[in-house]
Amino acid sequence: MSLSSLPYQRLTYLENFGHSLRAASYLYKPTTPEQIAEIFQFAKKNGLSVTLRGAGRSYNDAALNGGGIVMDIQDMNRILEWNPSTGVIKAEPGVTLQKLWQHVLPDGWWPPVVSGTMYTTLGGCLGMNIHGKNNYKMGTIGEHVIELTALLPTGAEVTCSPSHNADLFYALISGMGMLGVFTSITMQMKKVYSGLLEVHAFPAHNLHEHLNAIAETAPTHDYTVGWLDSTATGSGLGRGQLHTAKYLHEGEDPNPKQTLQVSYQTLPSNLFWVFPKSIIHYFMAPFMNNPGVWLINTAKYIASLRESRYRQAHAAFHFLLDYVPNWEKAYGRGGLIQYQSFLPKETAEDAWRELLTLSHKRGLPSYLGVTKRHRPDKFLLSHAVDGFSLALDFKVTASNRARLRDMLQEFDRIVLEAGGRFYFAKNSETTPETALRFLGKETVERFKALKRRTDPHNLLESDLFRRVFGSL
Amino acid sequence: MPDPRLPAATPLRPRRTAIVVGASSGIGAALTRKLAAEGYTVAAVARRADLLETLCAEINAAHGEARALPFPHDVTDYDSVPATLQKILRTFGHLDLFVYNAGIQHHVRLDEFDFEKDRAMLETNLLGAVAWLNPVGAMFHALKAGHIVGISSVAGDRGRIGAPAYNASKAALTTYLESLRNRLTRRGVTVTTIKPGFVDTDILRAAPKKNFFWLITSEQAAEGIWKAIRARKQTAYVPPQWGLLMLIIRHIPSFIFRRLSF
Ligand SMILES: Cc1cc2nc3c(=O)[nH]c(=O)nc-3n(C[C@H](O)[C@H](O)[C@H](O)COP(=O)(O)OP(=O)(O)OC[C@H]3O[C@@H](n4cnc5c(N)ncnc54)[C@H](O)[C@@H]3O)c2cc1C
Ligand SMILES: NC(=O)c1ccc[n+]([C@@H]2O[C@H](COP(=O)([O-])OP(=O)(O)OC[C@H]3O[C@@H](n4cnc5c(N)ncnc54)[C@H](OP(=O)(O)O)[C@@H]3O)[C@@H](O)[C@H]2O)c1
Repeated sequence: MSLSSLPYQRLTYLENFGHSLRAASYLYKPTTPEQIAEIFQFAKKNGLSVTLRGAGRSYNDAALNGGGIVMDIQDMNRILEWNPSTGVIKAEPGVTLQKLWQHVLPDGWWPPVVSGTMYTTLGGCLGMNIHGKNNYKMGTIGEHVIELTALLPTGAEVTCSPSHNADLFYALISGMGMLGVFTSITMQMKKVYSGLLEVHAFPAHNLHEHLNAIAETAPTHDYTVGWLDSTATGSGLGRGQLHTAKYLHEGEDPNPKQTLQVSYQTLPSNLFWVFPKSIIHYFMAPFMNNPGVWLINTAKYIASLRESRYRQAHAAFHFLLDYVPNWEKAYGRGGLIQYQSFLPKETAEDAWRELLTLSHKRGLPSYLGVTKRHRPDKFLLSHAVDGFSLALDFKVTASNRARLRDMLQEFDRIVLEAGGRFYFAKNSETTPETALRFLGKETVERFKALKRRTDPHNLLESDLFRRVFGSL
Repeated sequence: MPDPRLPAATPLRPRRTAIVVGASSGIGAALTRKLAAEGYTVAAVARRADLLETLCAEINAAHGEARALPFPHDVTDYDSVPATLQKILRTFGHLDLFVYNAGIQHHVRLDEFDFEKDRAMLETNLLGAVAWLNPVGAMFHALKAGHIVGISSVAGDRGRIGAPAYNASKAALTTYLESLRNRLTRRGVTVTTIKPGFVDTDILRAAPKKNFFWLITSEQAAEGIWKAIRARKQTAYVPPQWGLLMLIIRHIPSFIFRRLSF
């Protein structure tokens, strides 16, 4: 084999969202299914593997492929059809959630499921089958897909829906981009009568109260999400603040025409009207250490003790993190990782008490904790359970890596024993053994069988796939 | 499929990676050990697969995990270089450091004029280097990062009576690396030229005359090379006192140099 024709000039370092991992790949940005098919051919001829990449917002190696090809599909970003009377939209996979909500909101619709950032692409969101702060009520994003088309590495184009090619439908969505490439997605939007949500913010004084509050508010609210002060110890362990939200009914918003406008929703580009947002992460950096984060979390908690009710724009409620662009850079050179665990409602409290206590004992506190309520779904590589999730962000430094790794291994053991699951968009250290345990042998076998069918030459491989499924 | 020998690179187990071409014995083997001890994962490249296997097994046993992997390859098989490099890149995921250390020295008598011997030296010491440095240079150029190290020699600083082709191969390598440095520095790539003096390896053991001074072991040489790598030096004599000596030697006028016997 002579590889002198390898496109070295395309080599690029790509990173995970947390800037804690990088890999060198041949980067392609196709704009049509024909170009995608050509890249598959080229890859096959040259013995290279291919990974799909949307906005690269996964916290781990899901969209990385060291030494192989990365197909960035962000330039396939056209909205193909939009019906403002039915709320059905057809779009290419590179369309971001930002573009999506901005397209549909003026007509009185909102994406039924969104992530905590709007910069993610539809392709990436379906690849991981994302959930929102309404997972317990609306399920995952895949549950709102009416139909999709995908290009398989074999060159075949397939159309799937819950009733047609259902096995592929439920595996392509959640399949981490390992079975085929979404080329178009048809989805149902959710009708809204206002650009505002009715928000209620209130404190929870400990973990028990925290989880109870989520469970109790969920049935009567459209969204519920908790911020967990992961630096608090002792009787305050697991304390935090909850935000619940309800859509406004027809007539409740005196001026929906105005609030449904994109300009009404848009995040301000200056914080306190003076600092351009793009530089705020520099001001955060000095606080991104154990005492600094303790200070910020404690201050935030004290502020949260005052219960409040207010109306807030959808975008502001959902995409709080986008207020500070590049906030993740405040974590410094080593970057950050996220550890998210999904636990049945019966075991969550005890398991997380153990996790949080362990992190304090080891002197490795998480800097940000977020809790949500979930329900199970039918997708093949599902992360959801009838219970809760807790996402913990950790700063990575040269000196804490080994200790953090040991601790996360213990976390995995605790979560598995409590019947928990993990999410392939987030955790970066999940081992094949752990994955096998929470997915079960049958699921792994079904996934592998489907992969043999759609991708007989194993062209689609990511670093995530090799790490977790390579030896299974 | 992943290389079953290597643990996956993750944020909590990141990988620094290196290729050492000419890793099976002498300086290259010592440098491979040193880099592994410094936390690198090293692709050990050379012809003698058995030696590479033994070396890697020894390193991996010492560290309790895979830090060195053998990639048998002959640098004069120029066409197979890109594929070997690609295989290593796929296994490692990225490349931080590339060391070209492969080299041979055929001893020629003062009355011997042998094209085959000269060609062999130029092919291994120079053309093999060029075969590797082109794709590696292209990669690092595109990636805007990386570190290239070439093991040249004090022998390249002057054309001596006893080693025309060896001297020429090292002089050419030194100049090639200098050009590469001037090309790649602006892309964030470091190029380091190492000029060892006498190192106690098979090359010296085969030499007819044994009038060596400042003789160091391969381990000492590897230590010196590592220091130069860490300091991102452009050129480093190993051991450093050779810098001064070669400064003098480079300035010996030709009418005297012609009469010298070394
Ligand atoms: C600040 C922040 C908040 C977040 N909040 C949430 C949240 O609330 N809920 C949640 O579920 N997740 C959340 N995430 C995770 C994020 O939503 C997922 O990682 C999502 O997959 C990222 O989308 P992306 O476009 O960046 O995809 P990438 O990260 O680029 O890719 C994700 C996966 O999709 C595959 N893929 C990409 N394009 C295609 C395609 N066209 N066809 C097939 N496969 C494809 C890739 O191969 C990869 O496996 C959050 C992430 C961040 C950074
Ligand atoms: N020893 C000294 O005093 C001294 C001084 C200055 C510079 N140097 C330079 O240092 C370098 C290392 O030499 P050394 O002294 O350590 O001698 P060595 O033990 O003989 O090492 C030479 C290395 O080069 C490899 N090599 C030779 N031909 C090759 C080929 N065709 N393909 C792939 N690999 C090849 C050898 O491996 P295989 O045989 O297994 O292929 C071996 O690993 C050489 O470049 C030499 O010129 C040495």
